[in-house]
Amino acid sequence: MNALAKDIAAWPDTHWTDVGAVTDIPLRGARRVPTPSGDIAVFRTGDGAVFALRDACPHKGGPLSQGIVHGHAVACPLHGWNIDLASGEPTGADRGKGCAPAVPLKVLDGRVLLAAFAAPD
Amino acid sequence: MTKQRLVVVGNGMAGCRAVEEVLKRDPDRYAVTIFGAEPRVNYNRIMLSPVLAGEKAFADIVINDEAWYRDNGIVLHAGRAVTGVDAGRKVVTAEGGLEVPYDVLLLANGSDPVRLPLPGADLKGVVTFRDLDDVDAMLAAAERPGATAVVIGGGLLGLEAAYGLAKRGMDVTVVHLMDVLMERQLDESASYLLTEALAARGVQTVLGAQSEAILGEDGRVSGLQLKDGRVLPCDILVMAVGIRPNAALAKASGLAVNRGVVVDDQMRTSDPAVFAVGECAEHRGVAYGLVAPIWEMCRALAQTLTDGEGAYGGSVLSTRLKVSGVDVFSAGRFAGGEGCEDIVFRDAGRGVYKRLVLENGRMAGAVLFGDAADGNWYFDLMRSGADVSDIRETLVFGQAVTEGLRGLDPSAAVAAMAQTAEVCGCNGVCKGAIVSAVTDQGLTTLDAVRAVTKASASCGSCTPLVEQLLKLTLGDGFQVQTGPKPVCKCTAHGHDIVRRRIVADSLKSIPAVMQALEWTTHDGCASCRPALNYYLLCAWPGDYRDDKQSRFINERVHANIQKDGTYSVVPRMWGGMTSASELRAIADVVDKFAIPAVKVTGGQRIDLLGIKKDDLPAVWSDLNAAGMVSGHAYAKGLRTVKTCVGSEWCRFGTQDSTGLGMRLERFMWGSWTPAKVKLGVSGCPRNCAEATCKDIGVVCVDSGYEIHVGGAAGLHIRGTELLTKAASEDEAVWIICAVAQMYREQGWYLERIYKWMDRVGLDAIRAEIEDPERRRTLYDRFSYSQRFSRIDPWAERVAGRHTEEFNPMSRRLEFAPA
Ligand code: SRM
Ligand SMILES: Cc1cc2nc3c(=O)[nH]c(=O)nc-3n(C[C@H](O)[C@H](O)[C@H](O)COP(=O)(O)OP(=O)(O)OC[C@H]3O[C@@H](n4cnc5c(N)ncnc54)[C@H](O)[C@@H]3O)c2cc1C
Ligand code: SF4
Ligand code: FES
Repeated sequence: MNALAKDIAAWPDTHWTDVGAVTDIPLRGARRVPTPSGDIAVFRTGDGAVFALRDACPHKGGPLSQGIVHGHAVACPLHGWNIDLASGEPTGADRGKGCAPAVPLKVLDGRVLLAAFAAPD
Repeated sequence: MTKQRLVVVGNGMAGCRAVEEVLKRDPDRYAVTIFGAEPRVNYNRIMLSPVLAGEKAFADIVINDEAWYRDNGIVLHAGRAVTGVDAGRKVVTAEGGLEVPYDVLLLANGSDPVRLPLPGADLKGVVTFRDLDDVDAMLAAAERPGATAVVIGGGLLGLEAAYGLAKRGMDVTVVHLMDVLMERQLDESASYLLTEALAARGVQTVLGAQSEAILGEDGRVSGLQLKDGRVLPCDILVMAVGIRPNAALAKASGLAVNRGVVVDDQMRTSDPAVFAVGECAEHRGVAYGLVAPIWEMCRALAQTLTDGEGAYGGSVLSTRLKVSGVDVFSAGRFAGGEGCEDIVFRDAGRGVYKRLVLENGRMAGAVLFGDAADGNWYFDLMRSGADVSDIRETLVFGQAVTEGLRGLDPSAAVAAMAQTAEVCGCNGVCKGAIVSAVTDQGLTTLDAVRAVTKASASCGSCTPLVEQLLKLTLGDGFQVQTGPKPVCKCTAHGHDIVRRRIVADSLKSIPAVMQALEWTTHDGCASCRPALNYYLLCAWPGDYRDDKQSRFINERVHANIQKDGTYSVVPRMWGGMTSASELRAIADVVDKFAIPAVKVTGGQRIDLLGIKKDDLPAVWSDLNAAGMVSGHAYAKGLRTVKTCVGSEWCRFGTQDSTGLGMRLERFMWGSWTPAKVKLGVSGCPRNCAEATCKDIGVVCVDSGYEIHVGGAAGLHIRGTELLTKAASEDEAVWIICAVAQMYREQGWYLERIYKWMDRVGLDAIRAEIEDPERRRTLYDRFSYSQRFSRIDPWAERVAGRHTEEFNPMSRRLEFAPA
């Protein structure tokens, strides 16, 4: 866990925003959550784990939410880098070449909570 | 010394175990009174499942009979619920007004099943599964001949209820909200196997189903209505959707309560004289729903109550499903963090699936299906936090194999193995059989060993071991192996074998293929999943349900993703022909959606570039309204059919090349193929439609139609080869569709026609096409498949299919300042 995530894990409940039900995300798929500073991709893997990354591939910014989810990784739709969902880092031959920052997330009673605020619109 | 008064609320698993533990340590210390809401002695609640299934009788599951209470001087108030606790006066009140004072109070009143607040939930015949009365109610319903049951909830409890009812002769359907059974314990692969095993035992499953209302007749349940409109008729409905700790009593008495009664590591509540154990308790934020943690809690509690220093530190959980003949074990977690890796083992012959999750070299989780004998061993490794890197290679084969080889380097370990030691579990081949086959028959390759002994021929996970043996036996004579290229790193099998097995074994889903062919990962990868999806689609047209999540984004959203994450849209222009109204509609769409670029493509049609994903359905809707459909410019499928103007206009034209091109495109559009397929039809050998560098090309001549195959002009430039000649336009269409079907059935995923042709040979293709009977059946299979393929994916999305793909999950979020 990075320092930010550790910090945030201890936040009170008001800092967590409910972005929807786990079942809103297709199994082995992803959904996008827009923010003013770019989309967040929320993934659900074949074994039911949920992850959130900034929706930008460390290679050339490809939208990871559009990739094929396999195991705990996603294949970027643009050039096929495989990104580890837990760390946001490329795996295999592209290991070490940057990272898609993870967004702190928790799952409570089947709901997905992100450490982000809903915009007042 | 007078005894202290210990009053226990709850005569269940936790309450009685706690008393046993206390008595074991200090039999004379407490005068014990137990209140139980149920009118019976203490029994083993988890064995209610076998009672329901008729595999056990109630008498078999009693833990403590009346003699136990008597012999230990315990006063049991069975059938009398405690209604209040006066913590100030230290007195409990029970039904009927009975008051009993205590020095120490133990809350062990368990939990209640959650009842979904659905309309009709109070109808007769709607039951939960918690105690013997529930079992009796279910059994009464099962007695009616032909009775059917619906169980809401595909967790442990729901499945055990369903199995029990099915064993009693009912038709049972389990309705589960999630798309995976026991989703907290199992992954999709194990869930698939479980679904099959349950079906074999008369339990059907409906996954991803939301319950809407319970229907009734004359006050009795008659069916369950789902959100999607389906109605499942039933005579009994079991709700098994979870449990809620019984904390109301504690709360009313002023104790600290969250989800459950809050306790510390000594199991003490916020009142120092009141303790809580079992499902009613919440320890470090966790309320448990299994017995193993309860035993640990009871030990800590008893220690504390008998002057010791008990401490409970929380539990790691493991689960076993109690369905006879179905071995399911799960422990720990799969939601791995950084540094997690999977070890997957499948044995199709025995129906075994094992998945171990390692985190930083330690066991973090395990799912076992079909062979759970080593479950406890894995669980012990997990709890001890031992480093398993050293035994990683053999871990998945279990304790016996691993401990047999421990501490030895691989080749020494193999040398030290007994001749009778089993090497290949799938085929039951021992070391001696392999060694003698190698020496007696002069085998030198892995393939030869496989062919002769079958060792490592099934799941392949013992391949390293067999290879070691081969090396050891042959010394320098060992040759490195080359075989058919595997589909991907998840399997040792090549494309041909996979395709053959799908058809031969009637495999109809991706998990089914992965199990039957013993994939080494739990859900494949970005290479094999699209391939399997295509193979299944091709083998079972109209039958197989396309797996959207196994498609590359372009095929999932029916548009081409661009470098900036926008999409391009290419409507079909049949044979390259268009009209004023189509062009006008395109122009209107461009204006309406402010589409930044419009380009004429190399495939004789128009590309609209730079469209935002969220706008796609609206763009398609407008194009559909003008009669245009998807051009599949994104698909491993039929792309374009290029034509020239032909005999209609051209002074050299010999046949109606435009008409034939349009006819071909209208018949063949929507078909999925191993790689993209492009056609061209030229009206004469001047070949203005560039037909001789297309996958399939037609060059019209005076006497008919020359059919060419295997061209390409992309990464490789390849002229076509002449396949055959057709005398009529009809014949040309039959031949082209037959070739396309042959390629669809034989091509490896991503292998274009020219590569397939190089592999199988032009002559083999020609032999098939020139045999009228075989050509006919190929054509028929193609037409059959087209009945399900000629559907415009755009129109489907416009009509609302998969809207979640195009809408963001939630409204805009602001990042919180860190
Ligand atoms: C739009 C277009 C270029 C243009 O502006 O004209 C085009 C655009 C793309 N081509 Fe092409 N090709 C286009 C005609 C061609 C042609 C010419 C033709 O069809 O007559 C060829 C050579 C003929 C052939 O296929 O052999 C061609 C050979 C390729 C190849 C190489 C294929 C190969 O097997 O060697 C690729 C790469 C691939 O498919 O893996 C490719 C891939 C692509 C992709 C799909 C790249 C991608 O994956 O994103 C481009 C998509 C752009 C988009 O979003 O629309 N495109 N591409 C043409 C669309 C035709 C259409 O109407 O559907
Ligand atoms: C069908 C079934 C199968 C299961 N299978 C497994 C399994 O395979 N493995 C596993 O680990 N776990 C299993 N469980 C879960 C396990 O049975 C529970 O975790 C365990 O029984 C909890 O023990 P407890 O003492 O906290 O609650 P309980 O055993 O429910 O005991 C609580 C008792 O308190 C009584 N009570 C409630 N309120 C009052 C009151 N006010 N006054 C007096 N008495 C009251 C209740 O009537 C009940 O008898 C299963 C459960 C069920 C129902
Ligand atoms: S040649 Fe094709 S793939 Fe290459 S940049 Fe042009 S359109 Fe893209
Ligand atoms: S942008 Fe993701 S692989 Fe290139």
